[in-house]
Amino acid sequence: MAVADGAKLQLPENVVVSRLDALASWCRKNSLWPMPFATACCGIELMATGASKHDLARFGAEVFRFSPRQCDLMIVAGRVVMKMLPVLQRIWLQMHEPKWCISMGACASTGGVFDTYAVVQGIDRFIPVDMYVPGCPPRPEQLIQAIIDLQDKIQREGTITGREFDTASRQARKRALVEIVNPMALDASRNPVLQRELAAEAESFVAGS
Amino acid sequence: MPFTPPPVDDVLAALTDRFGGIESSVFRGQTRVIVPAEQAFEMLGVLKDHGFDLLVDVTCVDYLEYRDAPMQMPACAGHRYGLVYLLASTTTNQRLTVRVFVDDPEPTVPSVVSLWEAANWLEREVWDLFGIRFEGHPDLRRLVMPEEFTAHPLRKDYPLQGRGERHNFPVITRDHS
Repeated sequence: MAVADGAKLQLPENVVVSRLDALASWCRKNSLWPMPFATACCGIELMATGASKHDLARFGAEVFRFSPRQCDLMIVAGRVVMKMLPVLQRIWLQMHEPKWCISMGACASTGGVFDTYAVVQGIDRFIPVDMYVPGCPPRPEQLIQAIIDLQDKIQREGTITGREFDTASRQARKRALVEIVNPMALDASRNPVLQRELAAEAESFVAGS
Repeated sequence: MPFTPPPVDDVLAALTDRFGGIESSVFRGQTRVIVPAEQAFEMLGVLKDHGFDLLVDVTCVDYLEYRDAPMQMPACAGHRYGLVYLLASTTTNQRLTVRVFVDDPEPTVPSVVSLWEAANWLEREVWDLFGIRFEGHPDLRRLVMPEEFTAHPLRKDYPLQGRGERHNFPVITRDHS
């Protein structure tokens, strides 16, 4: 309908006006499909959140899927050990854009009390995280609050064409298509053990020749 | 009422007949014998023939700087690693603990997989975490730690927080995921 200058827009009943971006974000935020990456006691609270008493369905996020290809929200609930981290990264890479990540509980966010050789000290060192939930484990209400906050974030940032994801570096070949090689072999400069072994190997090679 | 296993006097007598003097001690009704590493396989074989058909556990203790006085500990007698074999008999209900001591630089004992299949993963775990080599093991790979791990983390000279292994992963950012 054409609107003359200065004229007031007359809308028929049951019609609202919005931006298309806002509409897309509104759809996305109210139909989050979580990928439960539950490794410890936080996973129990995650299940309680989805169950009838706390009823995550009230916020449109009840469709838990165990295939990352169907999900757009990864909830990492529990400690992640270094043997598990490559799996976590692969699952994250297998999820389609747009996607978000919630780090639930002290262990996923910081390693928690498990400050040992085997436990990763916070998943945000290795994958992007949108929301952190404090607690050990957090109560379902806290996780629900994080999902509501994430919904606000999605509503603020989302665009229907995904412009927010459209950066130059994103045009490069997707990491998901590249085989994740042995992570230890990937970067010797950050692994003192490997460095020592390589040095010893080189020494013995020189000594032998 | 705590469980007290039946006495193992007959077993100790049989071992003494076969191997001479056996070092043994009793703690709360449970008997342990100390076996030199070179005799370990033979003696465990004798024990199996004697009715110890169940290998409950194989594990290890690192006595490095144990209570600052390893020499005064009769249990480890100045050795660094103390292997523990827990044996049980399902017919007589007898139980026996066998200790085998080994030392650096190449702590090695014969594998007992040929006697008890249960030893397979137990020995792999001890190899993984303590670096004890089991001669004759059919498949001595790491069990718990990732394959590419290079240390044996339950040794007392391994730092609790590791040597950077837990930080050595590719970082995936928003830009390349």
